[in-house]
Amino acid sequence: MAGFDKVVANYAEAMVGLEDGMTVLAGGFGLCGIPENLINEIRRKGTRDLTVVSNNCGVDGFGLGVLLEDRQIRKMVSSYVGENKLFEEQLLAGILEVELTPQGTLAEKMRAGGAGIPAFFTATGYGTPVGEGKESRVFNGRHYIMEEAIVGDFAIVKAWKGDRFGNLIYRHAAQNFNPMVATAGKITVAEVEEIVEPGELEPSQVHTPGIYIDRLIQGHFEKRIEKRTVREG
Amino acid sequence: MALSREQLAQRVARELEDGYYVNLGIGIPTLVANYIPEGVEVMLQSENGLLGMGPFPTEEQVDADMVNAGKQTVTAIKGASIFSSAESFAMIRGGHVDLTVLGAFEVDVEGSIASYMIPGKLIKGMGGAMDLVAGADNIIVTMTHASKHGESKLLPRCTLPLTGFGCIRKVVTDLAYIEIADGRFWLRERAPGVSVDEIVRLTAGEMVVPEVVPEMVF
Repeated sequence: MAGFDKVVANYAEAMVGLEDGMTVLAGGFGLCGIPENLINEIRRKGTRDLTVVSNNCGVDGFGLGVLLEDRQIRKMVSSYVGENKLFEEQLLAGILEVELTPQGTLAEKMRAGGAGIPAFFTATGYGTPVGEGKESRVFNGRHYIMEEAIVGDFAIVKAWKGDRFGNLIYRHAAQNFNPMVATAGKITVAEVEEIVEPGELEPSQVHTPGIYIDRLIQGHFEKRIEKRTVREG
Repeated sequence: MALSREQLAQRVARELEDGYYVNLGIGIPTLVANYIPEGVEVMLQSENGLLGMGPFPTEEQVDADMVNAGKQTVTAIKGASIFSSAESFAMIRGGHVDLTVLGAFEVDVEGSIASYMIPGKLIKGMGGAMDLVAGADNIIVTMTHASKHGESKLLPRCTLPLTGFGCIRKVVTDLAYIEIADGRFWLRERAPGVSVDEIVRLTAGEMVVPEVVPEMVF
């Protein structure tokens, strides 16, 4: 790596510095747009006691679900975790903790984290278990709760195309949480389907500017589909 | 006769207005898209980051990068836009979505809703439901009026943990169309062949019953 060249040689290099007990933010919604190879690298490394912040926890045997197999995750911050038997077992056994966070609040927590905003007020969750123990205030006659930002030691994202400066473009609905996650890591690693030459990405169409990206790698993706639903065509 | 799932969706669809941006939850709400009235154009928002959601894809159109909020493969209509989760919930929280339709376990006379968690059973999470109920002015809840054992789901106060506090104004059940105002349910319509007495019997929360309660027509 030199200057603005963020490209790393291999996946081991992409995740150098990840240590036990760290917080990892991961992009993706369900299995759509997840950094599947970076997750597999964490599995290979065997890093433990991780706090993982991601909308979901993959499925058994794919995505973040693989990190449950060797009990690498200690705590999961997600909005929905219902797709995973191993998750359920570990939760019931008390070896995994989960902090359920409303989806929009989760996105905003990471957006705020990346944007230097330590906390914000939202009506989401007021009067519900999510609001318990949190500061609340009334603005214009409505109740809001204070939610704190999230910053990760590592952030891992998956994009469609990227250049060596780290500029990224996501494909279709695989964008989801990736842009916020990309901003909120002390070290942000992006894996892409294709590395293109600087200038090939139309500057005004870049979703994530390269300033947020520390490391970039091109990978091969299985892109597993969680719920294949088709109509007669 | 209690409404079928399809009739329930059909009744909800009559609340759609031309030019509405609409978010449809999983289950019966999804079926509403099949009954959009003629001459009414709506655009469907999927909270994972898609405005202008289309039908399910054909086998050839399936694309792992195109899913809806239920993680099903989906298509986008011409003129759709795709964006991040933060942008998506800015739309929702900011009140830009005209109508939200979602399911529930319980609703009470204060307009509170419980829909994501049954203590003792495994908690899977609220997904985007808390943001949706907190963000929208215009929400329709669809659910069965009572459990299989005849226990009312329209209560003086929700017994399950809340998804949202005091945010629901309209409920369409398999038996009735009910509005919520001033701390009471207001019976507005009944399912064809369902008596007011039966609805009253299966409604635990205080309900105002007008002299005439029209039957829904299908």
